[in-house]
Amino acid sequence: MTDPAAGRPPRAALRDTALPADAPAPAESGAPSAQAGTAALLRTEALTRHFKIGSALSRKHTLHAVDDFSLTIGEHEIVALAGESGSGKSTVARLLAKLYKPTSGEIYFQGRPLSAIRGRRAVLRYRGDVPMVFQDPFASFNPVFRVSHGIMRCLKLHRPELSAQQRREEAERVFTAVGLTPAAEVLERFPHELSGGQRQRVGFAQALALRPKLILADEPVSMLDVSIRIGLLNLMADLRDTQGVSILYITHDIASARYVADRLIVMYAGHIAETGPTEEVLSRPRHPYTQLLLSAVPDPRAPLGVGAETDRGEPPKVIDPTPGCRFRWRCPLAIDECHQVTPPLRELLPEHSAACHVARADAETQAFR
Amino acid sequence: MSSAPTEGFQRSGPAGRTGNVLEVRDLSVEYIMERGTVLAVDEVSFDLAPGEFIGIVGESGCGKSTLLFAIAQLLTPPAAITGGSVTFLGRNMVGLTDRELAAVRWKDLSVVMQSAMNALNPVKSIGSQFDDAMRAHGVTSKVQIAERSAEVLRMVGIDPIHLKSYPHQLSGGMRQRSMIAMAMLFTPDLVIMDEPTSALDVVAQRSLMVQIKELQEELGFAIIFVTHDMSLVSHFSDRLMVMYGGVVAEFGATRRVFDTPLHPYSVGLLEAFPSIRGPRVPLTGIPGSPPNLASIPPGCRFAPRCPKVMARCEVEPPPLYEVDGTLVRCFLHAGEERGND
Repeated sequence: MTDPAAGRPPRAALRDTALPADAPAPAESGAPSAQAGTAALLRTEALTRHFKIGSALSRKHTLHAVDDFSLTIGEHEIVALAGESGSGKSTVARLLAKLYKPTSGEIYFQGRPLSAIRGRRAVLRYRGDVPMVFQDPFASFNPVFRVSHGIMRCLKLHRPELSAQQRREEAERVFTAVGLTPAAEVLERFPHELSGGQRQRVGFAQALALRPKLILADEPVSMLDVSIRIGLLNLMADLRDTQGVSILYITHDIASARYVADRLIVMYAGHIAETGPTEEVLSRPRHPYTQLLLSAVPDPRAPLGVGAETDRGEPPKVIDPTPGCRFRWRCPLAIDECHQVTPPLRELLPEHSAACHVARADAETQAFR
Repeated sequence: MSSAPTEGFQRSGPAGRTGNVLEVRDLSVEYIMERGTVLAVDEVSFDLAPGEFIGIVGESGCGKSTLLFAIAQLLTPPAAITGGSVTFLGRNMVGLTDRELAAVRWKDLSVVMQSAMNALNPVKSIGSQFDDAMRAHGVTSKVQIAERSAEVLRMVGIDPIHLKSYPHQLSGGMRQRSMIAMAMLFTPDLVIMDEPTSALDVVAQRSLMVQIKELQEELGFAIIFVTHDMSLVSHFSDRLMVMYGGVVAEFGATRRVFDTPLHPYSVGLLEAFPSIRGPRVPLTGIPGSPPNLASIPPGCRFAPRCPKVMARCEVEPPPLYEVDGTLVRCFLHAGEERGND
């Protein structure tokens, strides 16, 4: 399979390493501007989702999956949402996809509240603007249909104005855009004839056919082999630059978030722990949890040696929580206040916020390294 | 040695053993199906010294898990060992009866599987599963069983109160730890691990790896650790085997493989990891897909994806060359053979 994204570095990487020549020229002939975050495409305000748990007869406990979660996604930017399993990151994706209703709080898409989007056609249009790409490329395709089946159905449903011929052309266009060439031939294959990486590209092509504004990608590369992952990450950067979409990239792999994302949100137990421009957050992590995450990432380039201090804790199940920081049980810096008051997200450095009572703008507070 | 095993649970073999724990020679495994055979593992050989930690890495479908199952004699049809030997503590394991294998399992050799949720019995408490394993090996004293069960759980940092817990009551990390505790019951000589951390988060993963390494240093068992994530074993294994398409691509000291990878595939794998530190550099990964083992190309199996492919690679399968103690299956190193034994 030829890979058009291979060899083309993500835009952010270009910015940092100042590679010459083939960098995409910004704002030319109406092409999407390479300047990220100019306008808010999607915004959430104090988004909250609780689940009642317990047996059918006694639903007396409440699981706080997402609490007081406010994020902004601009146009043409990749925002990474990183956290451990159970931190609520997939719940956020489902809330944004309108698969769950928020318990409280609101989501605004292009300034319109999501709760006002009602009726089949309006919901359909929203789902076309904000499609999802799923984690498991082996489970998200019907094995008895050719891959053209899914994309043709999407086009028929979401873009009924197209003729059969135009649908075919559109399908070939998006398959070419995601590097599945020759498109006409790949469209006629069955899912089992494609590798995991190719199937995940079909997932992105399907999303792209809807002419989306924002793609919700829930762990799109975690099931793929290491050697294939980079191609998909490059594809995401490529789609942002050439197709002008934004992507919410949900992952537990902070190194891949660093590779591809413009901004990073670190989630812990349903709350935002820290957020800011990716490189800024990772080079100067202020929240002890971000520091812990970074210290745990295996890095083959780092010198060998086992760190002496290792955190043995586990992320909490947030059932009927009392006020206070949810990381306090694992935090070496916890003070009395952390047990009584839930820390709000405070801007410590420009655009860089952390929800921690102890964190300061300077580098004095280092819990893990 | 803070926790010498309770009496009756020490290593069963002779003390101060000198030879290798495991010797694998030209091991081949085939999946025999109606449409033809698939050679999943092709003549793999290696030795494992007492207390050594070997990491085996590769992409899905490279044969790493099949190799592991072949070593543990856990293959089920259509897979079968079609050649070679697996010598464990001086005895060839290939062809042993189930009864003979049962005597070895848990006692001298334990296997920790990828998903502890599936490996543990959901309707039995952790304690009663420990009980089963010990009774199967002739330990009948209730006191002894209770003591040893509590002891191994404490070793992996779990409160013995959880002997009464059922698997679903434990978190993923705790389940995986209790599997490892169970593997420690008889202080085995060899623990085989198949991606034991892949269902865990980075933080839990890191702490489990540190725990495994600490237990190994304390109890001195050897480890074969299979993973698709080579960065994970980078800080823990002594030697690293990179597999590709059913064969050994490169095999050498872990640090050496990471610092100066010899095989173009190892180079590609290492360059496919975005780094968390240092400058952000554009990466390319490895183009193409792993080979289909049902139709193996005549030459080098990596040739279709290799950036340094030569005419020779497409017609002739490269042998394993030894370069400064590292084995590498690549013609690029044909002229560099040194230190032949």
